[in-house]
Amino acid sequence: MAEKKLMYGNHAMVEGVIAAGCRFFAGYPITPQNEIPELMSIRMNEIGGVFVQTESEISAINMLFGAAAAGKRAMTSSSSPGISLMQEGISYIAGADIPVLVVNVVRGGPGLGNIAPSQSDYYQATRGGGHGDYFTITLAPNSAQDLYEFPRLAFELAEKYRNPALILADGLLGQMMEPVEFSSKPIDPKSLPEKEWALCGCKGRERRVVRSYDLKAGKLEVLNLRRAEKYAKIINKEQRFKTEYCDDADLVIVAYGTCSRVSDAAVKMARDKGFKVGLLRLITLWPFPMDVLGDMAKKVDNFLVVEMSNGQMIDDVKLATECRSRIYFHGRPGGGVPTPPEIYKRIEEVLGGAR
Amino acid sequence: MKMIFGRPLGLTETLQRYCPGCGHGIVHRIIGELLVKLDIRERTIGIAPVGCSVFADEYFNCDMIQPPHGRGPAIATGLKRTRPECIVFSYQGDGDLAAMGTAEIIHAAARSENITVIFINNAIFGMTGGQMAPTTLPGMKSTTSVKGRDIGKQGFPIKVCEMLASLDGPYYLERCAVDTPRNVIRTEKALKTAFANQISNKGFSMVEILSMCPTGWGQTPVQAKKWLGEVMAEYYPLGVFRDLSKEEK
Repeated sequence: MAEKKLMYGNHAMVEGVIAAGCRFFAGYPITPQNEIPELMSIRMNEIGGVFVQTESEISAINMLFGAAAAGKRAMTSSSSPGISLMQEGISYIAGADIPVLVVNVVRGGPGLGNIAPSQSDYYQATRGGGHGDYFTITLAPNSAQDLYEFPRLAFELAEKYRNPALILADGLLGQMMEPVEFSSKPIDPKSLPEKEWALCGCKGRERRVVRSYDLKAGKLEVLNLRRAEKYAKIINKEQRFKTEYCDDADLVIVAYGTCSRVSDAAVKMARDKGFKVGLLRLITLWPFPMDVLGDMAKKVDNFLVVEMSNGQMIDDVKLATECRSRIYFHGRPGGGVPTPPEIYKRIEEVLGGAR
Repeated sequence: MKMIFGRPLGLTETLQRYCPGCGHGIVHRIIGELLVKLDIRERTIGIAPVGCSVFADEYFNCDMIQPPHGRGPAIATGLKRTRPECIVFSYQGDGDLAAMGTAEIIHAAARSENITVIFINNAIFGMTGGQMAPTTLPGMKSTTSVKGRDIGKQGFPIKVCEMLASLDGPYYLERCAVDTPRNVIRTEKALKTAFANQISNKGFSMVEILSMCPTGWGQTPVQAKKWLGEVMAEYYPLGVFRDLSKEEK
C-alpha cells in the first residue's frame, strides 16, 4: 500500500508539485497560502530545485514565464490579491502558448478583503483573467488528496495544450489537515521530454523566439483563431466532474471545491430524509463541464448552485442547462462557508413536500 | 573579392527599423559581435524589452523572449536559474527599466542574479512618440512636458547606475555612451566585461548606455550626438559605478 500521511492541504500541494517533477517555484508570501512557499523553500533546497522569494507577484509570474519558456515545469502560488497582480503575466504566457502552473488559494475579496476561504475568483479564473482572448485550464480540488494529485494533472494538461493551468483552491482546503496517500510514483524531471519550443541556446538548430505579439497586419487574428481551435479541443476533451446520486434526482446540487464537500454532507442528510437529491461536483471549471449539465437538464427539474460568492458559476450553469430547469442559488460571499444544515434547509425549501 | 566588413553572425539578416541617428543599432551591433567573439551565441537567451527595441527579438541571432514591459530581469531570473549553462541578457529601455520595471531591476540587482542587463537611456519614450521618460532631464521638452520637464510637478529623473550602486548586490555597473567613436569603443569594452562576468559566474552586471534619439528629441542626428555629449552626459556622468573585480585583486 502507498504511504499515507496526515497533512495540511497546502503541504500536500507542495509534495504533489514536487512529485509532478516541478523544480522551480517563485512566489511572494500571502495568507492563506504561506505554508506553500515556506515548505517549498525547504524542499526545493533539499532536492536541488529553485526557490525564489520574489519582490512581488508580478515578478513571480514573470520568473515562471522565464523558467517555463526554458522548457521546465514551473509553478507559483498565491491568493486572490496576488493573483490579480499576476494577470498581466498570465496573459503574456497564454499569448506565448507556454505551460505553467498557477495556484490560487482563494480568499475573500474584493480588495484586501479578508483571509477567509472564498470562491469569488471564479470569473477571473474561468474568463482568462487578464487582457485578450484566452482561457486558462482551471482545476478545482476539494481535498488534501486532490491538492497532492492535481499538480501532476495540471502540468500534463498545460503541456499537452501549451496553455497555462490554474488550480483554484481556497483557504479552507489549504489549511485543513487530511490523510494523503502518496499514490503515484514521483516523476524524475530528467525523464521529462525536452520541449521542441524551449529556449536553451540555438546550438545545432534554428534560433527560437517566445513572444506574445505580432504586429503584422492580420497575423494576430490568425494566431488567435488558431488558439480558439485549441480551446475548442480542450472544451471537447477535458471536461471533468463527478456525480453522486444523480440518476433519480429531483434536485442536483452543482458545486466545486469546499462547497462540494459541504454539499456532499447535505445530500446525505437529504437522502436520509427521503429527498431525491444528487451532487454534481465539478473538477474542471474551465473547461466547464457543460455537456453533463446539458444532459442532466433534460431530466432534472431543479438545480441548486452552491458557491462561496454572490454567484458566479451559476452563470455557467444557466448557460449549460439553457435555463431549461429551475436554478436555485445558495451563496456565502466574503469568506462565509455554508454548512450542511444550511444547504439542507434550501433543499427542503425547494422540494417542499416532494419527498 | 574578400569581404572585410559584414554583418556579424550575432545579428539576423532582418532589416532593423530604427530611425536615422538612433543609438540602438550601434549597441545591437556591439552585442551581435560580442556573441560571436565570446563564442556564446549558441548558448545565449536574449530578452527584448517593450519599446522601440521590442523587435530586438528579430534582430539578435540567438534564442529570444519578449516579456511584459519592464519584467525582463524577472524573466532573466527564471531563465538563468533553470538554465545556468545559458548566457542570459536583458535589453531594456528607460521606460522599461526605470519606470515600469523599477522593482524588477532593483531586486534582480539586490539578489545579484548572474545576468547581464543592457540599459539604453535616451531620456525619452521613443516608440510611443516622444513622451517624458523617468530619465528625461529637468527642463527637457517632450510631448507630455511640452514646456520642458517641470521638476516641481513632474519630479526628478532617476539615475539608475547611482541608485543600483547603493545596493550591495551588483557586481558591475558602468555608464557609457554611443555618441563618439571613443565612447562606442568604451561601450564595447564595458559590454564585454558584463558578459564575461556572467560567463565566470560573478553575478549581476549592468551597463547603462546613453543613446541618441534624434526623432524624440526633435534634433538632427548630428545635433543629437552633440547634445548627448554636452548636456545629457553632464547630468548622467559616464564611468564605472561598481566593479567588484577590483576588490578581488
